[in-house]
Amino acid sequence: MATDVHRPVTGNPSGPDAAGHPRETATAVRVDGLTRAFDGRPVIDRLHLDVRAGEFVALLGRSGCGKSTLLRVLAGLDRDIEGTVLVPRRKAVAFQAPRLMPWKRVWRNVLLGLPGKPERARAEQALAEVGLGHRAQAWPKTLSGGEAQRASLARALVREPDLLLLDEPFGALDALTRVKAQRLVDELWQRRGCAVLLVTHDVEEAVLLADRVLVMDEGVIAHEQRIDLPRPRDIADPRFAALRAGLLERLGVEAPAVASPGTEAHAA
Amino acid sequence: MSISHAPPPSTTPDISLEKTTSPAPPPAPDLVALVASSSRRTRVPRWLRRTTGPVLLLGLWQLLSATGVLAPDVLAPPGTIARVAGDLIEDGSLTTAMGVSLQRVAVGLLLGTLVGTGLALVSGLFRVGEDLVDASVQMLRTVPFVGLIPLFILWFGIGETPKIAVITLGVSFPLYLNVYAGIRGVDSQLIEAGESLGLSRWGLVRQVILPGALPGAMTGLRYSLGIAWLALVFAEQINADSGIGFLMVQARDFLRTDVIVVCLIVYAFLGLLADFVVRTLERLLLQWRPTFTGR
Repeated sequence: MATDVHRPVTGNPSGPDAAGHPRETATAVRVDGLTRAFDGRPVIDRLHLDVRAGEFVALLGRSGCGKSTLLRVLAGLDRDIEGTVLVPRRKAVAFQAPRLMPWKRVWRNVLLGLPGKPERARAEQALAEVGLGHRAQAWPKTLSGGEAQRASLARALVREPDLLLLDEPFGALDALTRVKAQRLVDELWQRRGCAVLLVTHDVEEAVLLADRVLVMDEGVIAHEQRIDLPRPRDIADPRFAALRAGLLERLGVEAPAVASPGTEAHAA
Repeated sequence: MSISHAPPPSTTPDISLEKTTSPAPPPAPDLVALVASSSRRTRVPRWLRRTTGPVLLLGLWQLLSATGVLAPDVLAPPGTIARVAGDLIEDGSLTTAMGVSLQRVAVGLLLGTLVGTGLALVSGLFRVGEDLVDASVQMLRTVPFVGLIPLFILWFGIGETPKIAVITLGVSFPLYLNVYAGIRGVDSQLIEAGESLGLSRWGLVRQVILPGALPGAMTGLRYSLGIAWLALVFAEQINADSGIGFLMVQARDFLRTDVIVVCLIVYAFLGLLADFVVRTLERLLLQWRPTFTGR
């Protein structure tokens, strides 16, 4: 898909170990004692979270567990909080819906909110990186679901974020487009080396992409699972299946009585 | 149509591998060829189709006049109207009147647009503005603006001012209502996205809220143009020494129904022109809109 040669590739996607990122010790996110309550009912309750620079973290949880709220807090969209939250100045969000401004052409959408008067070439470069270089001039209404989501991703990446927040960005895509989009995110992350927080309800997706999978429950990080599998990861790998089964169990989904490999791995 | 029967109860397990037991092949369904939409559509150009309606109306009018159903002193036949219109253009009275009327509408429309959108921005963008402005506007808009003409004459005299004031007033309300509704109708998800992209407050207004309110503003402009002509007719018929309305009042005094009809047709054409302007604006400004455009 995206074959971009503008910047040096850090970590070969096809290599055995691509998790070697610089700035191992630097912190991208520090959250301490974070509480966010809706009408007195805490959705996030004294939560603690650290994300290293360049780390890919996936956040799992049942719906309503507060994972999207946490992402909104980190994005700076929700400020009714108590506790300490440190995030990079340069951060970007890609939402579940692409949220492109329908009255702006795709390239203008990509440049929206950038300081100064950015060149169109900058947008085109970011669009080329997600394989959308030819659609820069299009109106958002003419994009397919996958294209719109990639444009949204380009809009996030053009800001050169130190932290990329992804709020179920593949949730609304069909299965084939989702697989492609997941690979694209994997590639982009390896190339950019930014920290990523991916909120998802798809256990397989989390295990496929993340260095570390967090399970959120009752307003705190209830479980943490390092994923040390080499990239690119293979769903058919028995270690992969074991990790997925363990996380599913954590989420309260029992493995089926007759376990068949390769079944859909969606948590409730 | 075929009636489907429940499958006969079978003693074999759910998934039977024997498909040979089905009694008879199903009857062939009735096939219908789907016609491509391009060939279904008539080849008549759009403008011609749009003019068909008025032309038919004109034909009906001519027919009624020719058969004597319409007496000439009630409504003159189209031919007479055309001749009278030619005369009026020739002696310059119609063109002068049109110029004066157009200018009044233009100035009134401009002022009304400024007032209407200005107030809508204040109450749409700021909660304080909403509290201060909206209640008053909602209250005033129920007052029929035509009823204010006598008051305006007492306030502003009988010159151009009261006429323009009436048009301004009439134009302001529909614009206010629609721009305000447009601003408040902007998708909050897009505003949030704009915030997450680091847009400033003013950037958010300019890049997200105002473009999002544009469809509403266009609807408001459409209403406003209609009302502007209406207000013009009223204003020019109550006291005026120039303009199309004045021409009509004069014609009424001389019992010239033909001149009145000419003036009405001129109003209709100006209305058509205004509609064309808005349509063009919409095509240019709202081409991003993913909406149904008709078949």
